[in-house]
Amino acid sequence: MRYAMAVDTKKCVGCSDCVVACQTENNVPIGYCRDWVVETMDGTYPQLEVEIRSERCNHCDNAPCVRCCPTGASHKAEGGIVLVKQNKCIGCGACIASCPYDARYPHPKGYVDKCTFCIHRVREGMKPACVSVCPTKCMYFGDLDDPNSDVSTVLKKRKYKTLIPEAGTQPQLYFLI
Amino acid sequence: MKEELIVSGRENMMVDPQLHIWHWPIPLYLFLGGLAAGVLFFAALYYLLGKEDEYRSAVRRVPFIAPVALVVGLACLFFDLRHKAYFWQLYTTVRLESPMSWGAWTLLVITVASFIWSALHIRELLPDWDWKYKWLKDLEVFFNRYKKQLAWVMLIFAIITGVYTGILLSAFNARPLWNTSVLGPLFLASGLSAGAAAIVLASKNREERLLFTKIDLIILGTELFLIVHMFMGFLASTQVQIEASQLFLGGQYTMVFWIFVVILGIIIPGLLDLMELRGKHIPAVIPGILVLTGSLFFRFIFVFAGQVSRWLY
Repeated sequence: MRYAMAVDTKKCVGCSDCVVACQTENNVPIGYCRDWVVETMDGTYPQLEVEIRSERCNHCDNAPCVRCCPTGASHKAEGGIVLVKQNKCIGCGACIASCPYDARYPHPKGYVDKCTFCIHRVREGMKPACVSVCPTKCMYFGDLDDPNSDVSTVLKKRKYKTLIPEAGTQPQLYFLI
Repeated sequence: MKEELIVSGRENMMVDPQLHIWHWPIPLYLFLGGLAAGVLFFAALYYLLGKEDEYRSAVRRVPFIAPVALVVGLACLFFDLRHKAYFWQLYTTVRLESPMSWGAWTLLVITVASFIWSALHIRELLPDWDWKYKWLKDLEVFFNRYKKQLAWVMLIFAIITGVYTGILLSAFNARPLWNTSVLGPLFLASGLSAGAAAIVLASKNREERLLFTKIDLIILGTELFLIVHMFMGFLASTQVQIEASQLFLGGQYTMVFWIFVVILGIIIPGLLDLMELRGKHIPAVIPGILVLTGSLFFRFIFVFAGQVSRWLY
């Protein structure tokens, strides 16, 4: 089993509904976010191209945060997702410094917090909160090892990219382009 | 011209707009750890070489800095943790992949060793010292019997501590400025030069001062070589590392790095050391203080600049 997510940059309108849904679902403290929207604008007027991406932890296969964690609080869980055990985390910040995507943040309670792919929902057969609220249905979630999952199907049909693959992290968040 | 404008909705504290997760306690600890490593390395080395009486300050007196520096450094590390009540989780596991994990164990060993070494030489500072309890006296006898083994442990773990402070940073490939293997030897050299400078500052014996001035000069030369080597590596590497090196080659850290670290921290004390060795009398306090402050500035600049350097996307 390998959980992964794909975000369609052609369909995403940058409404930030995914951000709010995540904050509500996961009780993210005010002022912080586990997922966020990035807009990039390329080119010179009038030839401009906009790309909008809903970003979050890439749940990397070769996760630097898991490698550098001194206590094993950051670990690989079911389906290859990266989680933090709050009662093992000492809040040293090594994982935050190690993430090229800056996907983690120090929770005001002291431990380090990040996207969990809403594993508590996934275990009950639901989709992550961000995926299920998306008004343009631009996000796909599922098991890459299952050829019929939403994410496998769309990755077969569409061209995609990952973020900073040259960092060697083998990210599992795909952007359809 | 092609331009790219990136707008992100993320505003996580200490992460955006640029990473600042490690504040002043971390570079201060890296300096104190490096200094302690340098001091203990020379103490152990000259004890094992049988020069205990000739280089009395290096072997017996200056090592008293080490337990103080290490305890203050550990306090800094603890202070910088955000989930402090769980710090003991560090000592429930050994993870060789994580420099912070084996570094924490190394610190434990070297701190204990530095306390024992200082206790064995307590009469250098307080000639009338009495351990009062019999078991403490027995312990002193015990460690005196195994002093050679203790010195070996100190020698090896001092090197590991000195290198680890650099490897800790170089293990983060997310921060291109830190992600160079030169950082380990460079931090070790910086720690050793700080240790040698501390001995020159403390020593009252001219022969000992000259020896450590010579050692300091060699290490400062090595440091300068490693710094040049590091920038050559960056400039020949990928875009992110070229941009990281630009922080020091025209960017925001240029002045402070070249003036306080390279010129005042390495070149001028190096020249003063050279003049001292050529027979001109230079007050030991000048190169000593310059080397120590240069070493301190180096840690601060590197920890802060490294957090600014990043992958662009």
